This record gives sequence, C-alpha cells and structure tokens, in this order.
Amino acid sequence: MFKNLALALTAVIALTSCTKKPSTDGTATSSNANEILVGEYGSMTGSEATFGISTHEGIQLAFKQINNTGGINGKLLKLISLDNQGKPEEAATAVQKLITQNKVVAVLGEVASSRSLAAAPIAQQYKIPMVSPSSTNPKVTEVGDYIFRVCFIDPFQGTVMAKFAAENLKAKKVAIMTDVKSDYSVGLAKFFKEKFEDLGGKVVSEQSYASQDIDFKAQLTAIKAAKPDAIFIPGYYTEVGLISRQAKGLGIKAALLGGDGWDSSKLFEIGKEAIVGGYFSNHYTTESKDKKVQEFISAYKDAYNKVPDGLAAMGYDAAMVLVDAMKRAKEPTPEAIRDQLATTKDFIAVTGKITIDEKRNATKPAVVVQVKGQDKYGYVTTINP
Amino acid sequence: MEEFIQHLINGLSLGSIYALIALGYTMVYGILQLINFAHSDVYMMGAFIGLYSSRFLGIQEKPGLLSFISVLFISMVGCSIVGFLIERLAYRPLRGAPKLNALITAIGVSLFLQYSGQIVFGATPQSFPNILEDADLLALGGVHLTLFDVTIFMTTLSLMLILRYIINSTKLGKAMRAVSYNGQWASLMGIPVNKIISMTFIIGSALAAAGGILVGMKYPKIEPLMGTMIGLKAFVAAVLGGIGNISGAVLGAMIMGIAEEFVVGYGASTYRDALAFGILILILLFRPAGILGKLNVEKV
Amino acid sequence: MDFLFNEYILSMIVYCGVNIILAVSLNLVNGFTGQFSIGHAGFMAIGAYLSAYLGMNFHTPFILNTILGGLASAAAGYAVGLPSLRLKGDYLAIVTLGFGEIIRVVLLNIDAVGGARGMYGIPKDGGFFWTYGWAVATIFIISQLMRSTHGRAFLAVREDEIAAEAMGINTTKYKVRAFVISSFFAGIAGALFAHYLCYLNPSSFGFMKSIDVVVMVVLGGMGSITGSVIAACIITLLPEALRPLQEITKIDFRMVIYSLTLIILMLTRPKGLFGNLELSDLWKKYVKRHS
Repeated sequence: MFKNLALALTAVIALTSCTKKPSTDGTATSSNANEILVGEYGSMTGSEATFGISTHEGIQLAFKQINNTGGINGKLLKLISLDNQGKPEEAATAVQKLITQNKVVAVLGEVASSRSLAAAPIAQQYKIPMVSPSSTNPKVTEVGDYIFRVCFIDPFQGTVMAKFAAENLKAKKVAIMTDVKSDYSVGLAKFFKEKFEDLGGKVVSEQSYASQDIDFKAQLTAIKAAKPDAIFIPGYYTEVGLISRQAKGLGIKAALLGGDGWDSSKLFEIGKEAIVGGYFSNHYTTESKDKKVQEFISAYKDAYNKVPDGLAAMGYDAAMVLVDAMKRAKEPTPEAIRDQLATTKDFIAVTGKITIDEKRNATKPAVVVQVKGQDKYGYVTTINP
Repeated sequence: MEEFIQHLINGLSLGSIYALIALGYTMVYGILQLINFAHSDVYMMGAFIGLYSSRFLGIQEKPGLLSFISVLFISMVGCSIVGFLIERLAYRPLRGAPKLNALITAIGVSLFLQYSGQIVFGATPQSFPNILEDADLLALGGVHLTLFDVTIFMTTLSLMLILRYIINSTKLGKAMRAVSYNGQWASLMGIPVNKIISMTFIIGSALAAAGGILVGMKYPKIEPLMGTMIGLKAFVAAVLGGIGNISGAVLGAMIMGIAEEFVVGYGASTYRDALAFGILILILLFRPAGILGKLNVEKV
Repeated sequence: MDFLFNEYILSMIVYCGVNIILAVSLNLVNGFTGQFSIGHAGFMAIGAYLSAYLGMNFHTPFILNTILGGLASAAAGYAVGLPSLRLKGDYLAIVTLGFGEIIRVVLLNIDAVGGARGMYGIPKDGGFFWTYGWAVATIFIISQLMRSTHGRAFLAVREDEIAAEAMGINTTKYKVRAFVISSFFAGIAGALFAHYLCYLNPSSFGFMKSIDVVVMVVLGGMGSITGSVIAACIITLLPEALRPLQEITKIDFRMVIYSLTLIILMLTRPKGLFGNLELSDLWKKYVKRHS
C-alpha cells in the first residue's frame, strides 16, 4: 500500500512541477527583445468551440500577415492561445496565466460576454489591455479603462433591427425567439423589444430556446398562432438554420430577422431555401466592393479553405486594431498600448470604420443584409449609430 | 384547435426521437444494470458515419430510398463495431467491479468520443446530407404532418416491436434475460455470457446509429456534442417508463415529448430543460421504479 | 520563491482547495454512506449565488455570507434529500442529477442574479487562507464524524441497509443527515469559489461539474478522505498541467487525455487510488512492516 501512496505523491509532485515549468519558459520568451507576446483566450473545445475556433483563425491570419510584412517596428508578434472550454472560470484562469506566467502585453478575447466578464477584472487588475472581438454586452467594457471591444453593443444592434422592422418592413406585430443560454441573444432581444414598442409596434409572442436544442416546433407553433409579420431570432447560425427549416415546415410565412450571429456559411448549408429572404444586421457584406473586405475574404480562403464567418472577421479586426495601437505606441508596453487603443479613430477595418469612444466601445455603422443563397447576401440598407 | 393538433403531432414526433435513443439505454441497462453514458455518443458517431459514407458514395444530393437504406445500413454496421469495441475494451474488464466504476468508465468513454470527435470531425456543426426528400403528407388547414415525422414514428414503433420479439421470443433473447437475471447462474447453465453481452451492445449501438441517421435527416445539423442533451433526456425518458422495460422506454419518451411540447407551446418555454427533470422526479417519488417498471423488493 | 508569488499558481492552489471541500463532502454521501448523488454542483451553486448576492447587495461580512450560503445549501439538501433518499442506486443518482439541472435552469431565469449574463462584480474575498481553513475544517469535521456513533451508523447504512435497520438505525434519517452535511460544505465551497473568481454563471454549475466531483471521489477511493484530497488536486491540476502541450501542438488534446486517463485508471485501479484507506492507515501498515 505504501507503494501506492508513493506513486500518488510522485504524481502530484510531477504535476505541480509541470505547472511550475512554464513560468521560467514564459519569462525567457518575454525577455526576447525581438518578440511581442500577445495572449488570446477562447473556447477552442466544448459546446461553443465553433465560435472560438473561428475567432482564433481570424486572429491567427492577422498576426501572420503582420509578421510577413515585417512585424511591428521590427519586432515580430507571437500569439499564445489558450483554451477555456467555454467555461467562465477557465477563462479567468487562462487570462491569469497569460498575464502572470507568459507575461503578455495585451490580451485578445472572448466571444461570449459571460467569459469576458469573468476575465476582464483580471486584465484590469494587472493593467493589461484586453480587446474583445465580439462580446456585445455593455457591461464588459465598464469593468475598467483597460477593456476595449471592436463589435457593436447590444443596445445598438437591437435597436437597428427594431428600426428596420418597423420602418423598412412596416411590421406591426413581431414575435421574438431568444436563446436563454446566450447573454448575447437575451441582450439583443431586450433592446429590440424596447425600441420596437417605442416605435408603436407590438410584440405578440416571446419564446425562448436553449442553444444546442434541435427541436423548435413547439415555440414556432405558438408563434404561428399569434400571426406576427416578422420573427426576430437573435441567435447564432448553429440554431437559426434549423429554426428556419422548421418554420417553413409549419407553413410560417413571416419574415425572419436576426443579428450578426447569423453570419456564417453554415446558415445556408443547414437552412437551405428556408432561410433565403431572411434579414440580419451585420458589420459588412460580402458583396461589398471595398478592397479591404475582398482582400480579407480571399486571404482567409487561401489560409483555411473556407469562407470566413462574422466571428472570424471580428477576430481579425480585434487583432488589427490592437496591432494598429501597438504601431503607434512608442514602446510596446501595456500602458502605451492602452493609451493608443483609446485614441483609435477611423481605423479602416474589415468590419467597417472603427472609432473607439470614451466608453471604449467601437462605434461603426451597421448594414442590414438579406440572405440570397450560399454565401450570397444582398445589401439592403445602412444604419448609422 | 388547429394549434392543439399541431402541438400533439410535434410532441409525438419529438417523443419518437427520444424513444429511438431511449431504447438503446434501456436495453443495456436491462441486461447489465449499467448506465451506458457513451450511448449518446455512439448516436453521434452514427450521424457522422452517415455523413462521411454518403460523401464517399457520392450520394449526398441524391435523395431516394436506395440512398437512405444504404447510408442507414453502413452506419448501423459501423456503430455496431464501435459499440462492440467499447464493450470489449472498456466495460468487460470491469465486469466484477462496483457499479460506480463502470459508470465512471462510461463517462470517460463518452468524453473521449466527444472530444476526439471535436478534433477529428471539427467542432463546427455540419449539415447532414439530403438522403431522403421530406414532404408534406398532410396539410389540413394549418396543420402540417411531414413524411419524416411519420417515418421516424413508424421506425421507432417497428424497432420496439422487433426488440420485444428478440427479447421475448428468440433463443438469444432468452439468454439475454437469463444474463440479466443472474450472470453467474446463466454462465453455469452454459450460456456464453460475454458473447450475449457483446450482442446486446451490438444491437444497442445499431439502434443508436438508426437514431443518428433519422435525427440527422430531420434536423440536418450534426456536431460532436450533439448527443449530450438529447442523450440525457432520452435516458430520463427510459427511467420514466421504467428502465429495462422496452415498451416503458417508448411510453416514457412519448410522455416526455408531449409534455415538453405543451409546456413550451402554452407557457414557460424557458423552463423546458427543468421540466423534463421535474416530471421525472415527481414520477419517481410516487412510482420509484418508473411507470412500467417492476419494483424489486429487497429481501434479506 | 517565485512560485509562491505567482497569482496563477496561487489561483490553481485555491481551486484545489475548493475542490477538496467538494470532494471530501461528497465522499460522505457517496463513499461513507453508500448513496449515489450526482447533483453536487447544484448545491455548490446555491451557496455561491446566495453568498455573492449578500456580499454585493448587503455588504455583509464574508464569513457570514459563506455560512449563510452553506446553510441555504444545507436546507436545499434537506428538501431534496428527504423525499428522494427513499430511492436507491441509479434512481437516486438520476433524481439528484435532475435537481442539479433544475437549480441551474432556475438560476438561468432569475434576472436579479444576472441570468445568462452571469453575476459580476462580486466583492473579492477569501483566497488561500480562507479556502484552506475551510478545507481543513471540512476534513476535520468529517473525519471526526466518522469516528463517532453517527459515523458508524453511516457505515452501517452503506454495508447493509436491512441489517442496519434491524439494529435499530433509522436509515432514512441517517441518509438525510449525511446529505445535509454534505450539501452544507458544498455551499461553503461555492461561496469560496464565488468570492475568489468574482464572477458567477449558471454554466459553471452544469452536469459536468457534478460529474467532476464524482470522479474525484471514485478516483481517490470511495470512503477515503486522503484519496479525495489527492484526487481533487489531480483533477484540478491535470488540465492545467497539460496546457503547455496545447501551446506546442496547437490542438487542444487536454480533454482527450483526461478522458483516457480516467478510463485507464478505472481499469487498472478499480478501487481508486486509496481504496478505503487513509494516510494514517497506510502509515500504521508501514510502521508495522518495518518494526
């Protein structure tokens, strides 16, 4: 029996020594004068892996491009990506590790506001700038003056679609279908409802689902009975494709509306004809003649052999905004980078012209596009903040 | 009224999907008293084998009965092999060990399939090929009944009848019941216990594969973690009906499907997942062995 | 000494402490009393949310929040345990799992605690000394309890319920007692977790968290407190220890390795690392052998 104890003890010692090791590695690499270390944390595995991986690919592409063109003031960028399995506590641990062990100068992440909210206080505590690609909850950047984002916030995007439904579609009655597990979806639905009712419309049915559900017929049958003109579904493409199919199967003819979570090739692949004609707000349109957008799409296709989705574009932009701030900073220190991030103005990004406001949020116009087919989106209108 | 009928149809169609998966859980539990957590991941494997085999055969966009049957067949065979291997490598060495060990191993196998699936198949959801065309069979007023609803319902019912036949009226079934009653005695009677248990897993996994393909057709979005929630609910359905009882699994699943549908349709859609467990707890408190289950009174 | 001052290492050590409390307390139900609960995360969530809510809105002292959180979990444990502990084995497991999930879904729907967005801005408190203070208290109380009449009754229930009943032990009463004590410590662990992370989200308390704790108990050995402590450390540290591998391979193999380790350990050491022995038992054996 004593052998077992010894075995267990050695295992524990081996484990702790393993965790100790990277600290020396981390300091060794950060002392390398020709490299700037940037950390990334995201959901690379787990139920939200698809979002984390897309974002990661966008960030990777941006870093590769910068390093291929000589890096930042002669220094190359090194990205350290850590997985958080989609768990808030792991996100906090990952950022803790990036900052205290790997000694990064800036952190990129997270997609979900819940995980950004768990990690942001740590970045703020150590005064390391954090740029979130797509955490849309207003609270995220309120954590402190080191937290930034490059995406829309919920109140803006919710009101964009409410305005669009009321003014462009002339909808009087809408139904809302929310993903209760996603703070993004809950936030968008809340602001949509407020604005739409302000504009004189009526929300006739409010239904909800949980991400990873596959059957939505119960909610849709109830919505059908309420006879709405449009259905607002502020979820992610992973569920919206199935929702649209089932809505069609039940003979629902109301227009489907959504937010930037819809932006992915998978939306049409899963939804097929059922999703054609749906409208969603987005940062850009693939139809855009803008050189920046077209270059990004072709570079992404070359690198990963697929069309980028919205989250990949956001990841790319978050990295590029950070790089731009680093270039303008005299020294790549966290303070200098933060100061430059705060003064970002009219930065031409893939997802539009980004200006960071005093609340460290990005302000940029939203476009409303209509789904036309596989990776085909028709431009409908632009709505300014 | 129209809405009510539609809800009823939806509920039955959802219930038959739970039933398809619940059958596999209940069978393995009936024989081995093991909650085979990996069952829902074998179901996921079934869907992915369907996807890759249809790509390989080049019939992704050629809907028809022949495509459907060939994909279903390949996937059932593939999953039987997976199920056999899982039993042989992970569960058999633990035959004599406490139940909890087998359970933890099952969880380990389940996690292994899920996460290696995320690496091999990719975490992004994929669309399932169109191997059978869906159509409205009935569109009376506002009520829609589709071909898939009927197909899934009929498949579930016929699989249930086949399973009941196998278990109640064949030699294999007799052996299975003997093993379930007492493994050691069965072995003394000359029943090859290991072979019978392997067969149980092979049949159970083939059922999971059928579930994976049918769900893939109806809800054409498949991903490595697709089994977790549906598996949990199917398992709850099996317990609800009386675990180990084939008809009970189908009955429990139908009750779950319809109850979920009506609660979501007429009220609190946010509490959908809590509801499944709420029903379960209530039933277990009043009928601890499930609706059709027989309670074994413990004797000294 | 760098290792002591590194916040990352410190946070890992604190999480180890939280998991030690969870594993040791669950061991009381699963290991010593022989019942099978897989809803521990639900009780942890109740303690965590209540304590965080009190700390944020009423600025009550930390120690009070923790204890109130623990008491709330204990009350929930009583409410859950009284009706469901009549059930046995897998049925009990499923009912506890169900309660765990229901608690999570309910939290997801309460806007006052943030719902899906989660609860943020929880006052930072606790840390190393609080966590290990509680961990030591948990270990001490449970090991003392096991030496008392109560402990013998718990073991009797595990070994043979009918015989225990025949000896005049009210089995239901003792099962519920074990369950309530275990829930109390789960609530404490939750409170410590909440105030250390400063952020709560229902997704942290899902089915997988409960399973993690069960794995700790089984891996360490059912009925061995030493085993639970060591297994809790291993399960907490293993995924972190494998991080450097992820940095090298760029693919996250952590969960694959974790699950394989789990299977292999169960196959090679079916009784867990320690069986039902404690460190002191091993020491006595060692002394006996060498004297």
